[in-house]
Amino acid sequence: MIPGETILEVRGLTKRFGGLIAVNDLSFDVREHEVMGVIGPNGSGKSTTINLISGALRATSGSVSLEGHDLTAVRPHETARLGISRTFQLVRILPALSVLENAVAGAVFGHKRRWGRKADVFATDLLERVGLADKVAVPVSALTYIDQKRLELARALAGEPEVLLLDEWLAGLNPSELQVGIDLISSLRAEGRTVILVEHVMDAIRSLCDRCVVMNSGKKIAEGTPAEVLSDPHVIEAYLGDA
Amino acid sequence: MDVVISGLLLGGAYALVAMGLNLQYGVARIMNLANGEILILGGLAAFWAFVSFGLSPLLTLVIVAPLAFIGSWAMYKLLLRPLVRRAKTRGQLEVDSILATFGISFFLVGVMVSLRAEYFTYSFLATPVHLLGTTVAANRLVAALIAAAIGGALYLWLNRSRPGMAVRAVAVSPEAAGLVGINVDRVSAFAFALGGAVTALGGCLISTFVTLDASSGVLFTMKALIIVIMGGVGDIRGAIIAALILGLVETAVASIIDPGLTLVAAYAIFLAVLLFRPQGLFGQGNA
Amino acid sequence: MPDILRGGAILLAVLAVAALPLLADGYWLSIAVTIMMYTALSTSWALFSGPTHYIALSTGAFYGIGGYLVATGMSDFGTSFWTMMAIAPFVAALLAGAIGIATLRLSGVYFVIFTLGLAEMIRNLVSWVQNNFLGSKGLYVLTELEERHIYWMLLAVTLAVFLFGWRLGRSRMGFALRILGNDEEVARHVGIDTARTKVLLFMTTGFFAALVGAIVAPRYYYIEPNVVFSPELSFLVVIMALLGGTRRLYGPLLGVIPFTLLWEVVSASFPSATTMVLGLAFLLIVYLIPDGVTGLIGKLRKRSVP
Repeated sequence: MIPGETILEVRGLTKRFGGLIAVNDLSFDVREHEVMGVIGPNGSGKSTTINLISGALRATSGSVSLEGHDLTAVRPHETARLGISRTFQLVRILPALSVLENAVAGAVFGHKRRWGRKADVFATDLLERVGLADKVAVPVSALTYIDQKRLELARALAGEPEVLLLDEWLAGLNPSELQVGIDLISSLRAEGRTVILVEHVMDAIRSLCDRCVVMNSGKKIAEGTPAEVLSDPHVIEAYLGDA
Repeated sequence: MDVVISGLLLGGAYALVAMGLNLQYGVARIMNLANGEILILGGLAAFWAFVSFGLSPLLTLVIVAPLAFIGSWAMYKLLLRPLVRRAKTRGQLEVDSILATFGISFFLVGVMVSLRAEYFTYSFLATPVHLLGTTVAANRLVAALIAAAIGGALYLWLNRSRPGMAVRAVAVSPEAAGLVGINVDRVSAFAFALGGAVTALGGCLISTFVTLDASSGVLFTMKALIIVIMGGVGDIRGAIIAALILGLVETAVASIIDPGLTLVAAYAIFLAVLLFRPQGLFGQGNA
Repeated sequence: MPDILRGGAILLAVLAVAALPLLADGYWLSIAVTIMMYTALSTSWALFSGPTHYIALSTGAFYGIGGYLVATGMSDFGTSFWTMMAIAPFVAALLAGAIGIATLRLSGVYFVIFTLGLAEMIRNLVSWVQNNFLGSKGLYVLTELEERHIYWMLLAVTLAVFLFGWRLGRSRMGFALRILGNDEEVARHVGIDTARTKVLLFMTTGFFAALVGAIVAPRYYYIEPNVVFSPELSFLVVIMALLGGTRRLYGPLLGVIPFTLLWEVVSASFPSATTMVLGLAFLLIVYLIPDGVTGLIGKLRKRSVP
């Protein structure tokens, strides 16, 4: 799908932890229907960026805005209601809830709200959509790793977010699961969803992202299509070592 | 001036007790709500040794320390360690250890009530001493000085010795400490036992100038917890300053307004800390 | 159809329980009042502490506020019992709201510690105010109410708590509570205002505890802050609720009945052993039946099904 208007704006975003600057003056735009990758070596500030956008952390300075709403000083539940959903780097399933309830959890309090039968039906559709149709009755403790990831994705989609944040969603999958995962995200892209993808897996970035931001030591060092940034000498240098 | 001196002396004894709790919560990560009862046990031992054998509480210290160490170590190994193993989440461990240490606390109170149901009253060094233009009881002064000596030794040991460093490493990050070859299990048990010993010593000292009874432990637990939170978990310097503040404020409120309001004063401080500095006086964590 | 049958059965059970004062009086009625009181307190405690895992030790404080407000209102200000009974729960709920805002955004340990000394602290404060500003004449709660009236009022409160719990279990807020009890961070990120949810529910716990305290006040005739602001009550409520189990609405009831009876025997025959029994009860719950009696029954049932 053709990217539309700018939907999310990040401007001069900075986060300090004591003396350490985890994210330093970061700016980028995300357009509607676009899959934006955020990549970079370990410790470059990618996850901190996701946590700043989703409201889990509060920025030291700079701003994030979604369709004109300033998200900078907004608490996580309000961010979710305004239309940003996320998954977690280490998958987080609600262990005492059923598979269906886990997905419903995303539908009841999020951006577009549903309750009762409507929420159940909507969540069931989403479970089917991510490939869990036959696991609805399985206890969550019996889910495989990729199924847990799928369930978390269904939960994030259930609020019909404007922007979906995937924090290393593909990490930890084995090679055959990885292809399944990439296909799943690629189908989200085909549906025209707006996604910010923090990722290590290069294949995924090449095949999934419309554009990428590359971070190193908290700063943006490149931005462009995957092909452009991956041939950028600064990026190669950042990945091969900070010589 | 009276208030300042006796406030600081009281704070000194509190600091020692809070140090004990800090070792347990900061290193072994068990919120020990039976801490006050360990203190009272120390006080009961001092009382009993003095009344039955005429033994000076200062000598009792030497006997109490190893006994409290062994007792606390056994309590950790037998009762608390299994909870650590069984807990699936940190929250679960928190709830379990709170309930278990409440159980231990009540159990100990029950035992102590059956040993001695009345107040532990005895008179040791109750002679006035002149200090900076005011008079204080010698027992308060001696208690504060010994508390300072024990606290100082502990501080040096933690900061200057190899085992002390291992304890601090576990306090900062059990995972990382494990990776560099520290036996986290053993260090945790050791810190818990040491914390218990320090608390019991505090109890011996406090019993020389405060009249304790079997059920007064919970008040000391509260105060120690408030001090630890105010000072910042794991921060010994913060705990000392917090203890002195609490001692001063309590003494001031007791002598200026009403002795019945010392707990109210402690709560006022606690509330202020929770509202404005939940990470502790010197903490710089992100809210 | 089964719904109607179930409704009918519940109605019959309630009527039978309501008829109890017609059959029993004296000792057994007083035990029944105590059981009813602890059922209301433990069930409303479990509605908050069960899903959130915040161990609230504030029941004694709120219960004391209920009893004390009735007493001071009637003795110092000449207000009627009914007015004070209506005001007290709201005062307690407001206080619970303030405490919740200060402590519930922090870790559970801070909350436990804060509530641990709360009853004692309020008792000190109230005694001081009473002695210095209101005069230390006695606080009498003299009403026409008999034991059976108190019983019926407590039954009404208990039913209200159950109805509230039942509605809560079917509401968005109940669902939000289950999610935040599982993983608070996930709860926040799916759009739940976790702080507000916790504070609101803690306020209802305070509300019901103060209401019970107010209703029970006439039982004492003469109220002393020492008696109504009882830390022991807070612990008893926790033990009873956990003993029964907090995952089901009726769970606490299964802890209240046996423990109240045990407590009666112990405090009558072995008064010096009460503290020890409290301690052993806590240890028993943590080490042997962490999910309470209802959890145990659930486990046994699962095992018996092949």
